[in-house]
Amino acid sequence: MTAFPLADRTITETADALRAGTTTSRELTDACLARIERDGERLNTFLALQPDAARAAAEAADAALARGEGAERPLLGIPYALKDIFVTRALGFDGSDLPGGLPTTAGSRILAGYRSPYPSAAQERLEQAGAILLGKTNCDEFAMGSSNENSAYGPVRNPWDEGTVPGGSSGGSSAAVAGGQAYFALGTDTGGSIRQPAALTGTVGLKPTYGRVSRFGMVAFASSLDQAGPLTRSVRDAALVLGAIAGHDPRDSTSVDTPVPDYAASLTGDVGGLRLGVPREYFVAGMEPGVEAAVRTAIDVLRERGAEIIDVSLPSTDRGLATYYIIAPAEASANLARYDGVRYGASAGQDELWANYTRTRGEGFGPEVKRRVMLGTYALSAGYYDAYYVKAQQVRTLIKAEFDEVLATVDAILAPTSPNVAFPIGAKVDDPLAMYLNDACTLPVNIAGLPGISVPCGLSDGKPVGLQVIGRAFDEATILRVADAYERAAGFADLRPPTAHD
Amino acid sequence: MLPDGTAVGCDPRRPRVTIGFMPDITRADVVHVADLARLHLTDDELDRMQTQLSRILEAIETLRDVDTSHVGPTASVIQLENVMRDDVVTSPMPRDVTLANAPLRDGPFLRVPTVLEEGR
Repeated sequence: MTAFPLADRTITETADALRAGTTTSRELTDACLARIERDGERLNTFLALQPDAARAAAEAADAALARGEGAERPLLGIPYALKDIFVTRALGFDGSDLPGGLPTTAGSRILAGYRSPYPSAAQERLEQAGAILLGKTNCDEFAMGSSNENSAYGPVRNPWDEGTVPGGSSGGSSAAVAGGQAYFALGTDTGGSIRQPAALTGTVGLKPTYGRVSRFGMVAFASSLDQAGPLTRSVRDAALVLGAIAGHDPRDSTSVDTPVPDYAASLTGDVGGLRLGVPREYFVAGMEPGVEAAVRTAIDVLRERGAEIIDVSLPSTDRGLATYYIIAPAEASANLARYDGVRYGASAGQDELWANYTRTRGEGFGPEVKRRVMLGTYALSAGYYDAYYVKAQQVRTLIKAEFDEVLATVDAILAPTSPNVAFPIGAKVDDPLAMYLNDACTLPVNIAGLPGISVPCGLSDGKPVGLQVIGRAFDEATILRVADAYERAAGFADLRPPTAHD
Repeated sequence: MLPDGTAVGCDPRRPRVTIGFMPDITRADVVHVADLARLHLTDDELDRMQTQLSRILEAIETLRDVDTSHVGPTASVIQLENVMRDDVVTSPMPRDVTLANAPLRDGPFLRVPTVLEEGR
């Protein structure tokens, strides 16, 4: 594996090298920055960078490593990127700009130049872990999208094939990790926005259980579904990052106070005796044959490794899309009411209040955000609330109950992450429904609040395919164990795009 | 006689007529919802929104035939209730920090357009 250039290695490899003294955090940081310099603009991965602060932090990490402080801090000195949906502190206590502070845009024009007065919980935890923040990655506006084409700052290109999308909404994060621009990145996942871009870029993407990671400082999209998690180049790396960001935070009232296990310790490489369910509803018409073949082969690999593969049924799966596209837009329409052109963000500068509200929002939001705000407002409006919103919440109960029932008999569920591989930029922008179908296999997991991970399971037509492992609430340890055992057995851990060379 | 699935506005006193599974949303509906959402849409956007929302709602209509008579709604998947912070005084964010991102500011105030006007 060490045949790869420095920028394309895993956290696990580089952390060992840092402790062995064969590389430095400064070298890792420079390797990422060189790759960003070479490919960043073309792939449009970053919306903001802090190279000087990153180099300074790396030198401080090297000093800490030299003092022997790295033992319990696996992320010490590891460069990473944050999806531009996490706020980063850019204001001093007197309201003045902090030198070098990073703005937060959420991929939207309406937040252009927004400077947060406080950092997100995830950033704070990674800073405590000693990781080196390189910058903020491009994403679909307010995390709404499956292709990163809804960013107000332009689409991101997939390093595997630059004419195709990197998935979304965490597309800048997935492309950066795939392309050697960061050793890991954080994304957010409301309906698949970590797992689907991971699948489309040959990276590992983990959506933790709802409540596992604090949402404090994440720009809100759909508050009952949103969750933060890592995109990495190996399952072990995902376990390390999750260990650093998970845990209770009193500032997020939906964050759950339950112990954070040592996730890396669960990576035994052994799935012998585990019962893994394969829901037949996840293999449906419309799925690309190459994707189905890769996922079926992956299931066979786990069977050969000793797992018991069990045919299961989640009958309401095909209602997931409709349920999601009521609940998520309804919550979004309420969350996005805060962009009023008064307190922060862009303002249309109209002389009349109503006109200022409507023009600010009309000019500040892009087409997909407008669609979802309209859809959500419609579903919540008088006369439709029960027929749409309450109905969707009832179907949510059914979907969750079906998962609970199946997960009472199996240890985890295996499914495709996305029904298709990366598609050409522009192919689906005029057809919202076709775009929404990208998340058909991931969004039921958000509806039920469960953890899910996507791990590369080969190529179809030269493009990466993801295997999804879904687990019980707060049992990330088991899905990491399954994904890691698969990764070791399958031989796709070394998948890297053509950009992986110096 | 209305064609199948014709929606007749968002007014609760005029409930929607849905005979088939083709929920057409009228242009008046789109304008009304855009008003509720405080969202200015151009004529082109209104046209596109009408078509796209109709198609999306048609897909969403599939929920109608799910039997949910025996289940309650789920608003949150986690079993937390009434999460309260301790009732202690903390420092608020300093005023200059709070106002630093305001698009229009007048000293210690936010500037807003006239609020009390005839009409709205």
